[in-house]
Amino acid sequence: MASQPPRRRRLEVEEIGDIAVVNFVDKKILDEQNIQMIGDDLNKLVDELGRRKVLLNFQNVDFMSSAALGKLIALHRKLQAVQGKLILCKIAKDILDVFKITKLDKLLKIVPDEQAGLQSF
Amino acid sequence: MCANHVNVDLTLPSDLGEARVLQARIEEALLANTYNEHDVFAIKLAVEEALVNAIKHGNQLDPDKNVNVSYQVTCERFDIKIADEGPGFDPEEVPDPTLEENIERFCGRGLLLIRGFMTDVKYHGRGNVVTMSKVRGEGPPAEES
Repeated sequence: MASQPPRRRRLEVEEIGDIAVVNFVDKKILDEQNIQMIGDDLNKLVDELGRRKVLLNFQNVDFMSSAALGKLIALHRKLQAVQGKLILCKIAKDILDVFKITKLDKLLKIVPDEQAGLQSF
Repeated sequence: MCANHVNVDLTLPSDLGEARVLQARIEEALLANTYNEHDVFAIKLAVEEALVNAIKHGNQLDPDKNVNVSYQVTCERFDIKIADEGPGFDPEEVPDPTLEENIERFCGRGLLLIRGFMTDVKYHGRGNVVTMSKVRGEGPPAEES
């Protein structure tokens, strides 16, 4: 069986001090396989790279379904378990409605922009 | 200008890739009728959640089962009916994912989002048929303090 080509990176991670600032490569976070890969990459940040402060920047994301929310909750829990912190920023209005309707805006810390996020850890 | 009314009936296989193709067609029809980006987002999200429910939870991705879809786009509103061949479910039995004891669950928010973004949502029969509508330009979901 031919070996699989290396999979495309789903996240761009920038280190600002001890904070991992994460941008999504995909505009739509929708496909189940994609979401699984995003979840795996987020877990690696904590489990393998030892990051404890994670700022997720949603500026590239224009569509997201409920399937992605579980990965964000899992990351939140994982970080809480190691006294870390997850912050979300730059969420478009429509996607912010997804967080509001599900009341996940009460569980997860959401700030308007990256600067506010960096100052909130 | 809004005069590109659409009325479509079709049968989809239990394939999420096919569902995405249908969503692209619906988006095209909405844009042709000059729906704004918030309406398009709301309808796309609700259709995505309902099709995933029908294909994955209803038909269990069974290639021998289909999903029947009919939708209409007019200047005033969007209507869609989605019927799967699964056993159905009772929407009243779905746990409320906003309750404190459920808020950290990894799934189970699709139905809540459909209700939040659409004007009207009804389940029929044994729960394997859903009809949803969105009145054009209706405001975003009410914000709770």
